[in-house]
Amino acid sequence: MTTLLKTPAPTPAQVAKKAPSGLFNPKMLLTSLPDALRKLDPRVMVKNPVMFVVEVGAVASTILAFTDSSVFVWWIVVWLWLTVLFANLAEAVAEGRGKAQADTLRRAKTETSARKLSVDRTTEQEVPAASLQLGDLVVVEAGQVIPGDGDVVEGVASVDESAITGESAPVIRESGGDRSAVTGGTKVLSDRIVVKITTRPGESFIDRMIALVEGASRQKTPNEIALNILLASLTIVFLMATVTLPPFAAYAGVNLSIVVLVALLVCLIPTTIGALLSAIGIAGMDRLVQRNVLAMSGRAVEAAGDVNTLLLDKTGTITLGNRQASEFIPLAGVTETELADAAQLSSLADETPEGRSIVVLAKTQYGLRERTTGELPHATFVQFTAQTRMSGVDVDDRQVRKGAAGAVNAWIHSQGGKIDNALGEVVDGISASGGTPLVVADSKGGVARALGVIHLKDVVKEGMRERFDQMRAMGIRTVMITGDNQLTAKAIAEEAGVDDFLAEATPEDKMALIKKEQEGGRLVAMTGDGTNDAPALAQADVGVAMNSGTSAAKEAGNMVDLDSNPTKLIEIVEIGKQLLITRGSLTTFSIANDVAKYFAILPALFAAAYPGLDKLNIMRLDSAESAILSAVIFNALVIVALVPLALRGVQYKPSSASAMLRRNLLIYGVGGLISPFIGIKLIDLLISLIPGIG
Amino acid sequence: MSDTAAGLLQIGLLVALLAAVYRPLGGYMARVYTSEKDTRVERGTYRLLGVDSKADQTWAVYARSIIAFSAVSMILLYLLQRLQSHLPLSLGLPNVEQGLAFNTAASFVANTNWQSYSPEQTMGHLVQFAGLAVQNFLSAAVGITVAIALIRGFSRSKTDRLGNFWVDLTRSVVRILLPIAVVGGLVLVAMGVVQNLSGGHEVATVVGQSQTLPGGPVASQEVIKELGTNGGGFYNANSAHPFENPNGLSNLFEIFLMLVIPVALTRTFGLMVKDKRQGYAILGVMATLWTAFTFAATLFEVNGAGTATRAAGAAMEGKETRFGEWASALFTTTTTGTSTGAVNAAHDSYTPLGGGTALFHMMLGEVTPGGVGAGLYGMLVLAVLAVFVAGLMVGRTPEYLKKKITAREMKLVSLYILTTPSLILIGSAVAMGLETARASIFNTGSPHGFSEVLYAFTSAGNNNGSAFGGLSANVPFYNTALGLVMLLSRFLPIVLVLALAGSFARQQPVPVNEGTLPTHKALFVTMLVGVVVIVTGLTYFPALTLGPLAEGL
Repeated sequence: MTTLLKTPAPTPAQVAKKAPSGLFNPKMLLTSLPDALRKLDPRVMVKNPVMFVVEVGAVASTILAFTDSSVFVWWIVVWLWLTVLFANLAEAVAEGRGKAQADTLRRAKTETSARKLSVDRTTEQEVPAASLQLGDLVVVEAGQVIPGDGDVVEGVASVDESAITGESAPVIRESGGDRSAVTGGTKVLSDRIVVKITTRPGESFIDRMIALVEGASRQKTPNEIALNILLASLTIVFLMATVTLPPFAAYAGVNLSIVVLVALLVCLIPTTIGALLSAIGIAGMDRLVQRNVLAMSGRAVEAAGDVNTLLLDKTGTITLGNRQASEFIPLAGVTETELADAAQLSSLADETPEGRSIVVLAKTQYGLRERTTGELPHATFVQFTAQTRMSGVDVDDRQVRKGAAGAVNAWIHSQGGKIDNALGEVVDGISASGGTPLVVADSKGGVARALGVIHLKDVVKEGMRERFDQMRAMGIRTVMITGDNQLTAKAIAEEAGVDDFLAEATPEDKMALIKKEQEGGRLVAMTGDGTNDAPALAQADVGVAMNSGTSAAKEAGNMVDLDSNPTKLIEIVEIGKQLLITRGSLTTFSIANDVAKYFAILPALFAAAYPGLDKLNIMRLDSAESAILSAVIFNALVIVALVPLALRGVQYKPSSASAMLRRNLLIYGVGGLISPFIGIKLIDLLISLIPGIG
Repeated sequence: MSDTAAGLLQIGLLVALLAAVYRPLGGYMARVYTSEKDTRVERGTYRLLGVDSKADQTWAVYARSIIAFSAVSMILLYLLQRLQSHLPLSLGLPNVEQGLAFNTAASFVANTNWQSYSPEQTMGHLVQFAGLAVQNFLSAAVGITVAIALIRGFSRSKTDRLGNFWVDLTRSVVRILLPIAVVGGLVLVAMGVVQNLSGGHEVATVVGQSQTLPGGPVASQEVIKELGTNGGGFYNANSAHPFENPNGLSNLFEIFLMLVIPVALTRTFGLMVKDKRQGYAILGVMATLWTAFTFAATLFEVNGAGTATRAAGAAMEGKETRFGEWASALFTTTTTGTSTGAVNAAHDSYTPLGGGTALFHMMLGEVTPGGVGAGLYGMLVLAVLAVFVAGLMVGRTPEYLKKKITAREMKLVSLYILTTPSLILIGSAVAMGLETARASIFNTGSPHGFSEVLYAFTSAGNNNGSAFGGLSANVPFYNTALGLVMLLSRFLPIVLVLALAGSFARQQPVPVNEGTLPTHKALFVTMLVGVVVIVTGLTYFPALTLGPLAEGL
């Protein structure tokens, strides 16, 4: 029933390569500097409690530095400010990448005028696009920009959507069906369509997209809020540990200066994760945008990491979007080679994937070299169109056609030919097995006849089985959704290795399946494009609408895939997980770091009073001043050092929870415990050379 | 037999005893809290209290019941002390002074049993057994009910009901604490612990003077003192007193009593959440830390500190010769790990690092295995915290026992982990900042003096009740400050834990699969040990540096 071709599904690594802007460029630190400085405004800082405490400490230290001035104090003050600045820089860099995208989008949103139709569709009126209201009808013709989001209610047109998708190949938009949605700011390349406006001015898709990538509408996600609460409470705990220290120290005869206490506090509170938390969130959304997926809320991205069940449409996700030629079945009196030759000839002008697969099959199986159009000077090619459902070629007096059985039969009739009963049997046989038959016919010297049938089959994408195995290891169940009958569905499901399938699925079946899964406490993700998918998209925890789909579908889902590639659902899940892993790993790292800082600062503070405490100075740091300063500098530098990681996300390989925990605990827990000992020692070696410190 | 062999043998025997009762007692307690039937005694109690035993309470009602019950208990205990001289069996002792009466009432209601007084010279028999001993049962039972409510929060779903506090309380006393106490009391008597109602015997000492040896209902109070992880001794010398703890065997049995309920509750937990492995994991964390602290304390004591103690072979000053270092260190680790606070040696006299180990052990939050009930709910809150961070690292919004940890749960957990350290550190800071409070320090000018204060607040803040000695705590400042710390650090966390339980109970369970963080495996146990040590250790490290570390290094 199905065959396997070497057409791999894109792996995340490949996708990542496609998005070089996802990588960190040190230059961005400089260009984001003005933004970072602007964020020093306490009204902005207060939203990040951890860094706000650092800023307050920096202000206090600065004021005190004027009264109690020394080289050491000023060094501390400078590095406290740098700590705040680095945190702002991390956020600014993350936001900066979105801004560049927003600018591109704004260019698409140039002032356009619209040709508004009167209600009775008889007269046209030129109005500014911004004045269009819900339900208005506008006419758009080749070369014009679509003035607003809407549905095509009349006509078919090819549309250039590169402004929003970055994909230069035009797409077809037509009235009725699932490809009726058009987006404002995109350009009609051919034909004329009438569009019914479905959004208010200022709320269009492009407007929302600009807001999203700029981070303007960014709200903290549920898990981010929870983590922020934890970080705030850790900050308070360490604040307690620090403010209660002076009376303890006074008993020991040590007078602690405010600057030193601030330095201790800043080193202890979780500044690393506090500084990078919002950058991680922005970068997570950004990674989705890099893959041409727009998440309408950060909540959806987090939910994606939690998904238990993936509902995958068979076509385009599990199998190649289009069926592929697998066999040529000649009718009596025609050889296979003859049929293959005719099939290839008639498909040269058929640029659809099915057409290409016929040319490829003829080449691989019958050694027929693909002829270029230049080799056939007298040939007139008949393009495949949605109306004729046929393609072909006229060479001299021979006409060759290939297409859907009904269309080709009609053509044979129109050429005065007759249809053999045998043809009908072959066609029905292929249909019954779940395949698609294409009839090849020719007409020479006034005699039209059918030559044979091309068998098109579903082809499971390469690598899907491995993908599904990984999903299973991650605890995600995959369910294939298809309109095929039970038998066909089962065969493909087995071959692809999905956990379950839903055959002859109606939108109602889909909805029922989602509800059933959710009742068991599972989170469901799905893709969809049709209007009848809308309720299910809305019900699913993660609903990814295809950009090619209807407005209703796009409204109902909480993500839109601009490439309309259903396979991306798997990547979306991975991005969601990576976002959470990055947060957890850096939190662990941040807390583990504190151990070394204690070993640097506490002996520095108290070894003078209690010489025995010098044993805690296991790093053998040069002096009390250099020890404290080294810890502060390390604390600041580690933020900058981790910016690339925060933006890129920690390495993620699908594996079981146990394996992932072991790996991340080892790298970020144990690593976080050890690395500051080394870092602080190295910084100490350097700064001990500074006069007044060492 | 060498000291080491004897010490190891004791530990081995203790572990074997605990292992033997782990399943039966854990299973029995699970049945106690899941059974639908009331006994006749219980039905009578409910009728007396006017309680509908079938009424399920929300977390807020459950919490209000606990607060109201404890408030009434505290008032009664306060009055009993203040009116002592007018009541029978006072042994002629005067009314207790108000600051001390407040402190003692708070202390016993909060399951702390911090004693700013010398019991035999302050409290008559009536206060001892009608007041203090009753609270030893009731405050312990309150702790268990909170743990059970939290377990129900995990095991129930889509409900706002956590059970009935009055039923849980009554069953804890009638079906668990009383029966074990009766048996345990008889065992103690058999081992030589005193049990009578006499006021005291006049005896002539070898040097020809006369001395009064006070008797009393010691064994009955001793058993619940350990079993309910209370710690308040009948005598000032507590379990170092030969009438309370006559020999090595009784010593081991008392250690066993302290550990038995907290340890078996992990089994109850595993059974009630229908995953025994989760109980083993929690027990694993507790046992790992307890073992580590036991050996650390023993090591410091056996090796001694300073030339003199090393020459003597060990740090025996302040320890009973009939116990030695091993049994003393074992008792100390257990009493500081279970929030009991009973002592069989003077913690003040331990080597600086040995005493520091006891101090740090309490600072962990009394979760190794902790007070009855309190240890389990304390550890479960820390487990939620560990799961939150670990869960993120496996790429899921964190969940523990099929319940999601959202912002609301995190808020409660955060407040929980804030409460005790704040109370301890602020209390200690105020004490060190006040001239009058510093005057109570015995070893002034040395880090040991600071340790005395830090130990007092740590003991109160973790509802332990053991004292470091040295500090003169029966003064208005300490009676008030420590009383407040004990009450706040007991009841604020209880309210937070119940709110957390309510929040979990409302949730729909999340199915477990390959992507779920396994919380029953060694890796998670290791991580939770790390979280307990690092989260608490980091908080107190500066203070510890100026106390035991400054003294011991």
